Amino acid sequence: MAPSWVHNDRSDIDRRRFLGDAARGACGAGILGLALGVTVRQTAATPAAALRPPGALPEDDFQSACVRCGLCVRDCPYDTLRLAGFGRGMATGTPYFVAREVPCEMCEDIPCVEACPTGALDKDLDDIDQARMGIAVLVGQETCLNYLGLRCDVCYRVCPLMGEAITLERRHNERTGKHAEFIPIVHSDQCTGCGKCERACVLPKAAIKVLPERLATGRLGAHYRLGWEEKRRRGEALIQGLIDLPDRGPAPAGPKLPRKLPGGGYKGFQP
Amino acid sequence: MSRPDRTAPGQRAWDQDGWWRAHRFLVLRRLSQATLLGLFLVGPWFGFWLVKGTLAASLTLDTLPLTDPFIALQSLLAGHLPESSALVGVALVLIAYIMLGGRVYCAWVCPINPITDGAHWLRERLDLDKGWRLDRRAKYWLLAAALLVSLVGGTVAWEAVNPITILHRELIYGGLVAGSLGWTVIIAVFAFDLLVSRRGWCGHVCPVGAFYGLVGRLSLLRVSAHRPAACDDCMDCYAVCPEPHVITPAIKAMDRGPVILSQDCSNCGRCIDVCAPAVFRYAWRGDVRTEEPSVPIGTEQRRQAA
Ligand code: SF4
Ligand code: SF4
Ligand code: SF4
Ligand code: SF4
Ligand code: SF4
Repeated sequence: MAPSWVHNDRSDIDRRRFLGDAARGACGAGILGLALGVTVRQTAATPAAALRPPGALPEDDFQSACVRCGLCVRDCPYDTLRLAGFGRGMATGTPYFVAREVPCEMCEDIPCVEACPTGALDKDLDDIDQARMGIAVLVGQETCLNYLGLRCDVCYRVCPLMGEAITLERRHNERTGKHAEFIPIVHSDQCTGCGKCERACVLPKAAIKVLPERLATGRLGAHYRLGWEEKRRRGEALIQGLIDLPDRGPAPAGPKLPRKLPGGGYKGFQP
Repeated sequence: MSRPDRTAPGQRAWDQDGWWRAHRFLVLRRLSQATLLGLFLVGPWFGFWLVKGTLAASLTLDTLPLTDPFIALQSLLAGHLPESSALVGVALVLIAYIMLGGRVYCAWVCPINPITDGAHWLRERLDLDKGWRLDRRAKYWLLAAALLVSLVGGTVAWEAVNPITILHRELIYGGLVAGSLGWTVIIAVFAFDLLVSRRGWCGHVCPVGAFYGLVGRLSLLRVSAHRPAACDDCMDCYAVCPEPHVITPAIKAMDRGPVILSQDCSNCGRCIDVCAPAVFRYAWRGDVRTEEPSVPIGTEQRRQAA
C-alpha cells in the first residue's frame, strides 16, 4: 500500500487540477457567453425597412417569443414573408417583409398568425384592419407628384383602407395661384403598415415609406393629459370653476381704439 | 490508403460477414438524415406539403406539431410562455428522445452530423493529429452560456448562430434567405473539425447535442456490449465511435454491466457495424444479459486479467 502522504499529495494535485480546470472552464464559458451576447446584441437591431408580420408582439417580446420556424412564412399565400438569413443584420431566422418588394395583402383570415405555434404573432388579432405592422410616412414631399400639383393619388387608391388610413387633403396651390393640391395624409391610428402604398408609389424611389411603429411615431410624456379628451371621458371638465379669461386676439392695427363706456359713447373720445 | 500498415476499421467485419453487415447502421442513419430532410423539402420543391417549418418547430400533415425543446427553453427563459401548440410539440419531442436516447437527434436527425462526419473522414484520410483537445465539459459551459444570454438578453440566443437551424433553414427556405451568410457558419464548423479539433464540434462544443444528451440521460434504448468476452481488443469500435470514452465502461469494467449508459452515446450503432466478433447490439437500458462468445479470441487472457 502506498504511504498516506503519497495519497495526500495525489489528492492535492487532483484538487489543484480540478480547480484549474474549473477556472479554465468558467473563463472559457465567460468568453463564449460574451461573444454570444455581443453577436446577439448586434443582430437584435432590426433594420428600418424590415417589417414584422401582422400581429407580431412588440419587437423585444417578439425576439424572445419567435422560435424562427418559418411556419408563418409558409402559410402566407402571397409569399410576402421571408426569414432573415444569417449575417443580414437582424435576428437570424426571424420573419419579416420589405414593403417595397412584396407588401402584405392583409388577408382576412390572417393565415400567418394562424400558423404561428408560439404566439409570437398574437392570435388576439382577429381583424386584419387592426394590424400595426408599421406606419406609412410621406416624407418625400419634394418629389411626391401630388405635392407637385399633379393627381397621381396612387398610394391613396391602393390603400386597403382608402379614405381612412390615407386621405387626400385639398389645399391651395400657391405656385399657380389657381389650382388645388391633393395632399396624401396618413392617419397613424388607422394605417396597418401593410406597405401597399410604398409598393405602388410611382416614383423610382418611393416618396411614401412604411416604417416600423417604433421609428415612425412619437410619444407624449406619460403625465400629459389632453384636456378635451378627459372632458369627453368624464362628461365635464376635470377641474371645475376655472375662470374663463377673455380671449385675446392680435392687437388691431392703426391707432388704439378708445374703450367703450357702459352708458354708450367712448371714454376720452376726441373727434 | 494513407496507412497501409493498419486495416480500416470495420474491414474485418466486412470481410467476414459482408458489406451490408459492416455498414447497415451507417447506411440507415444516412437514410434517416436524408429522409427527414426530404420530408421538409418535398413541400417547397414539389408543392407536396408533408412537413412545414424547420427543425426549430414544424407541423406535419397540418396536424402534428413538433418543437425543439432547447429552443423553447431559451424562449421561456427570455420571458415568453409559448402557446399550447408549441408546448405540445415540445412534449412530444421530449418523450421521443427520453425513450430513444437524446443524442439520437445527433446521429439520426441533425443535418450537421454528415458535415462533421465528413470532416472526420477527411481528417482520417489526411492522417492529421488530434489537434486541440478541448475539455469535454465545454459544451455544458456553452449550454449554460446560451441559457444565460437568453435570460439576460431576452432573446433565443443560440439561434443567432446555431449552425443546425441555419443550415436547415438555408436548405428549406433557400430562395427566401438568398444573400445569407449562413454558409460561412457551416464552413467554419467543417474547418473546425478538420483543422482545429478532432470530433471537436459535436463532441465538445455544440450545446444542442449537450442538451439532448441531458434529455436522454435515462433513455430506454441503449447500445449494449452484450458479448464483452468476445472482444479481441482490435479497437475498431474506438476508431469509429464519435465519443469513444463511452465504450470503455461497457466492455472493460464488466462489474458495471454491459450497457453503454453515457449520455454522450448517440446510439449511432457504428460500433455494432464494425465489430467483427459482434460484441454490440441495441438493447433496453435494463437488459444486462450477456452472452458467452462462440469464437473467444484471446478471451482466456482477458478473463484472467479481469
Ligand atoms: S396577412 Fe396575408 S399577406 Fe399579410 S403577411 Fe399575413 S398571410 Fe401574408
Ligand atoms: S410562425 Fe411564429 S414562431 Fe415561427 S417564425 Fe413565424 S413568428 Fe416566429
Ligand atoms: S401602409 Fe399604406 S396602404 Fe397600407 S394601410 Fe397604411 S397607408 Fe394604407
Ligand atoms: S404614389 Fe407616390 S407620388 Fe403618387 S401620390 Fe402617393 S406618394 Fe405621391
Ligand atoms: S452535437 Fe450538435 S451539431 Fe453535432 S450532431 Fe449533435 S446536435 Fe448536431
